[in-house]
Amino acid sequence: MKLKRLIITLAALVLAIPAVSFAAKEVKVGFIYISPVGDAGYSYAHNEGRKALEQMEGVTTSFVEAVPEGPDSERVALNMARKGYDVIFGTSFGYMDPMLKVAKKFPKVVFLHCSGYKTAQNMGNYFGRIYQSRYLTGVVAGSMTTSNILGYVAAMPIPEVIRGINAFTLGAQSVNPKVQVRVVWTNTWYDPATEKEAAKSLLDVGADVLAQHQDSPGPQEAAEEAGVYSVGYNTNMQSFAPKAHLTSAVWNWAPYYTKAVKEVQDGTWKPESVWLGMETGVVDISPYGDMVPQAVRENVDNLKQQIMDGGLKIFTGPIFDQQGKERVAAGQVATDDQLLNMNWFVKGVTGTLK
Amino acid sequence: MNFDILIPLLAATVLSGTPVLYATLGEIITEKSGVLNLGVEGVMMVGAFSAFFVAAATGSPWLAFVAAGVVGMLAVSLHGVVCLWFQGNQVVSGLALTLLGSGLANYLGTPYVGTKAPGFSAVALPGLSRIPALGEIFFNHDPLVYLSYLLPPILWFFFHRTGIGLGLRAVGENPAAARAAGLNVQRLRWIGILVGGFFMGLGGACLSLAYTHLWTSSLSGGRGWIAVALVIFAFWRPGRAVFGAWLFGGVMALQLRLQASGAQVSSSLLLMLPYALTVIVLVFSSAWRKSDAAPAALGVNVEPGE
Repeated sequence: MKLKRLIITLAALVLAIPAVSFAAKEVKVGFIYISPVGDAGYSYAHNEGRKALEQMEGVTTSFVEAVPEGPDSERVALNMARKGYDVIFGTSFGYMDPMLKVAKKFPKVVFLHCSGYKTAQNMGNYFGRIYQSRYLTGVVAGSMTTSNILGYVAAMPIPEVIRGINAFTLGAQSVNPKVQVRVVWTNTWYDPATEKEAAKSLLDVGADVLAQHQDSPGPQEAAEEAGVYSVGYNTNMQSFAPKAHLTSAVWNWAPYYTKAVKEVQDGTWKPESVWLGMETGVVDISPYGDMVPQAVRENVDNLKQQIMDGGLKIFTGPIFDQQGKERVAAGQVATDDQLLNMNWFVKGVTGTLK
Repeated sequence: MNFDILIPLLAATVLSGTPVLYATLGEIITEKSGVLNLGVEGVMMVGAFSAFFVAAATGSPWLAFVAAGVVGMLAVSLHGVVCLWFQGNQVVSGLALTLLGSGLANYLGTPYVGTKAPGFSAVALPGLSRIPALGEIFFNHDPLVYLSYLLPPILWFFFHRTGIGLGLRAVGENPAAARAAGLNVQRLRWIGILVGGFFMGLGGACLSLAYTHLWTSSLSGGRGWIAVALVIFAFWRPGRAVFGAWLFGGVMALQLRLQASGAQVSSSLLLMLPYALTVIVLVFSSAWRKSDAAPAALGVNVEPGE
């Protein structure tokens, strides 16, 4: 009897120790990704942000990769909530409704959804103004082209992609009014074969700088093989095209993720929609390739500073669309609502939106 | 469309048609022996992955190319076991092979997504590549494209001039008569399945070794199914398969170039073109030739001891 009581007491003590020492601060954070983290693209960038969380005291993280949008993502989110995760990040647009459903069932768990627009008591959403980075990459591309034709391998005709193409074009036009941007849609997010072929078709019409929206380095490969320049996306794509790569529009999620999780730890978190700009560090451009001249670097660095100070707004009028219709009046700045619903190309883009 | 655009377009046609060509030839060999294998897509996927894996591990693209063929043979041997040993339904077994192959390649390949491996690059053939226009279109590609030029005549010779090839066709047309003539029906069908699988694996290897040098999930993107359709378009003839594969590749390359040149056509419609065209071509070629081009015993199982 005595022995039994002793064991029970000991067991109770052992169980109590971690509960006491970590009590209020321990936070379990789960991430749901659309693609494998090794893709050097979109999910890879989110995963780098997750790794930064691991450095925080009391924070443990884990992730599930390659989760399709729809019912599968709901199951994964539900599973995480049941297992006692405190914060769940879902990083693809199509996770929005599944996450909202699970959020309603688990009011104590914080849900954060990337690129969507729905919020709840315990669900917020976030995204970055990557178009600011696109603008800067456009300035670099517009400075480097000699044919005045830039090629853009585009993913899907949705506002986010269109906004990126427009910002890139405005950036290029700011230093090179003669420049035109040719767009080829692949309707893929990750298909190296098709995207590389699309890139080659742009080379055939004379493009000498290629930009892209997809996750795959296919277009970078095409630029490297053809001996022209390229602009990457998501992460620094330099390693795929060392001779071609000028710079990339990149995501850096660490500042936002650490801030959001800190707020949950401190109990100050509130559901909100945030669209993070360059001043937060979430969107940026990667280091320039060796071929980018000093003058171009200085100009772009200067513009970057202006964006961060708020002095330079990318979509400042007058902005005309392909048909020459004025979309943003002189002196006006496009509203976030206009940006989020953008379904027209600026003048200077060659391509269709259907 | 001017000449400057036309020649790169035709060169891209040949390049994007090549993976499909290998796979189509593989399916022709299989079907000639009387076995329908709808697992092409899956076999291409395992072929593409094993090629990528071996290239990354050994640094030798040629070794990787052969390995893809061997793995393709291993994959289709499942189909052989089901259809030849157990008399299973060929359609169901083929579909299962597609699911299994694609799933397996995606599963094993997950850690490698987005990574690079050594592969083939374009090598201009000395002399031939200097021919105006034709040189640029046909003789400025990677070695796997050149190899694909040799295959149709070799296969024609195989089917019409060699004992095994003639036997293989016989068991596809009339297994009972072939058996009465003393042919080993089971063995010949095994040859058809395995050699066919070898070529399908090579088709996959073209995607991960030459077309790109990257690995990604679902790399084949439906090209295996296109190959199945092109077999009918080709009337089971290796020579015609070349035109089918290039037609598909040509439309694929054309739609991207139409977009790049600023054509005011819906990109969704253009992206649908290669697949829509395959369906149309299939309908017309079936209407012209009816069924007499197909091996008569295609899809019919044969009892081992019959």
